[in-house]
Amino acid sequence: MKTILFIIQKEFKQIFRDKSMLRLIFILPIIQLLVLSNAATFDVKNIRVTIADYNNSSSSRALIEKFKANPYFSEVENVSHTQEGIERLNKGKTDVVIEIPNQFEKQLQNDTTTQIQVLINAIDGATAGVQNVYITQIVQLFNQNIRVENQQVSNEQLVPNRIETIPSFWYNNTLNYKTFMVPGILVLLVTMLTLFLSAMNIVREKELGTLEQINVTPIKKHQFIIGKLFPFWVLGLVILTVGLFIAKVVFSVPMLGNIALVYLFTSVYLLLILGFGLFISNHTETQQQAMFIAWFFMVIFLLMSGLFTPIESMPKWAQNITLLNPIRYFVEFIRMVLLKGAGLQEVLPNLGIIAFFAFVVNGLSVWSYKKTN
Amino acid sequence: MSISVQNISKKYKNVQALQNITFEVQEGELFGLIGPDGAGKTTLFRLLTTLLLPNEGSASVANYDIVKQVKEIRNSVGYMPGKFSLYQDLTIEENLTFFATIFGTTIEENYDLIEDIYVQIEPFKNRRAGALSGGMKQKLALCCALIHKPKVLFLDEPTTGVDPVSRKEFWEMLKRLKQKGITILVSTPYMDEASLCDRIALIQKGKILKIDTPDTIVKAYDKTIYEVASNQMHQLILDLKHFSSQYSVFAFGEFIHYIDKNDTFDTAALRTYLQEKGHQNISIQKTTATIEDVFMDL
Repeated sequence: MKTILFIIQKEFKQIFRDKSMLRLIFILPIIQLLVLSNAATFDVKNIRVTIADYNNSSSSRALIEKFKANPYFSEVENVSHTQEGIERLNKGKTDVVIEIPNQFEKQLQNDTTTQIQVLINAIDGATAGVQNVYITQIVQLFNQNIRVENQQVSNEQLVPNRIETIPSFWYNNTLNYKTFMVPGILVLLVTMLTLFLSAMNIVREKELGTLEQINVTPIKKHQFIIGKLFPFWVLGLVILTVGLFIAKVVFSVPMLGNIALVYLFTSVYLLLILGFGLFISNHTETQQQAMFIAWFFMVIFLLMSGLFTPIESMPKWAQNITLLNPIRYFVEFIRMVLLKGAGLQEVLPNLGIIAFFAFVVNGLSVWSYKKTN
Repeated sequence: MSISVQNISKKYKNVQALQNITFEVQEGELFGLIGPDGAGKTTLFRLLTTLLLPNEGSASVANYDIVKQVKEIRNSVGYMPGKFSLYQDLTIEENLTFFATIFGTTIEENYDLIEDIYVQIEPFKNRRAGALSGGMKQKLALCCALIHKPKVLFLDEPTTGVDPVSRKEFWEMLKRLKQKGITILVSTPYMDEASLCDRIALIQKGKILKIDTPDTIVKAYDKTIYEVASNQMHQLILDLKHFSSQYSVFAFGEFIHYIDKNDTFDTAALRTYLQEKGHQNISIQKTTATIEDVFMDL
């Protein structure tokens, strides 16, 4: 026990002595959290729209006004021919081209259906989908008004019974993306930092030759491993604390659940990540190799975590892969606890899976440590 | 017997690093492993310090078996690898305290053993190991290897890359440690250091070629060696190699060492041959053999 404490003390000394590294460890995650959380939004804003109005009636102008008044549309440009609009689309000067046909007003007033053509730049499919929804909403709203106006003129009794859906968004009722993203990004940062640091730490001793010197001492493997990894476990929890603080103060992320539960989960989760880092360390010879492998897994974990793309919309095989992804469980967990106020009962499956993973990964890495060294 | 090695062989994937090595080192002996790079010296060290397992054979260090009594060996040997391998970001004092602590001892407890080495680096004890000169690093590494009062000290090429003055000092330190009863196994690629050991083993390509005291090895060498020099040294080597009765020719410092096949060799014939080849200021003299001569002949 004394030996472990001494190694921990040595390890902390080395961490705090490397001033530039220390700055990276603490300042980079803060910057990332602040920048990424503001940038990683799924809101589609600043849509540029080009309208070819062949009708030039009061109705068509009213519709165009609707677009102009909408905050999501930043630039509404009128052209005389659809072809011009398509050219603008090709040149990337506009995102959407709308063509209002000649008989637009006439058809509306005769209460028959009318059509407008919408062309959307769909290089980014997700964005195009969202833009389509916005446009449809504006047109529908316009449609209702027109109908109501027309019907008032003709016959009050003919007003159809329309079914309207009024959504109520639970757990994040303003659909604030930051509320949704900040806890996820925090998970990402805690994982990334502890994985990289632990993967590079033991391999560093290998690279410098100090591991060989340690190996001829009576120090036991478990003492060495625990002594080396414990400081990063502490570091992970410190970063979590800093991150939660920023989430609360800067982004006002609601924290409905029990924060102690978050710490409990994170401390188990960190065991898993540190074990994984050790595993990478065992199978590499240089810090560079360790870094590459850590990155490789980090990118997969990240993109398949449900942080940026919903797991539900992945193909079945990809969904199955995400079952092995620890970040997935942590992201799910932290959103449940912070946004939904879930208790231990609800997150028990996640905690159980992570504890199981931690057990397996640490077993593997201790076994491979013995084998390779 | 402090170190006893019996028929040890070690094979890496497709390289036979050590082949049937057998030797013994007495208690309190300064034993040298002399051989070129790649001879298998480091592999032997790593076997004896329990960092590797042998494929065949057995060995004991301080009467502990290197396979079965790993823990006991680690407590009773000091190892100084060829590459400096202490923590560069810790100071001299922190490094020393660290190694003392993991061996369950303190600097004070064994201070007498390291004293005359430590006083030389003590003025810099708050300097980080990474910022030390080669000679000081080596002294610190020796202190760290000695801090737990080992019975056997393994030094793998301790003087490689160290200046001549520090090298000389280092060997004096080793002599003093020997007097304190510590068995020392040291490897070196420098032949001149061989004569400073009690006994040496000449090792090449994983095999031990000869084991004896440096004196006996040199005395047992029965061939006559001639120092040859002329005004064109490079051409001289080539010409000597074409001399009909040459046995071996190699550069040795500012001379060329020449050995003839015939016992009844007459230097006049060689002189005439060299003059014909256009050499001037020719000098041919008998000289006494050194370890290097013996080694080159093996």
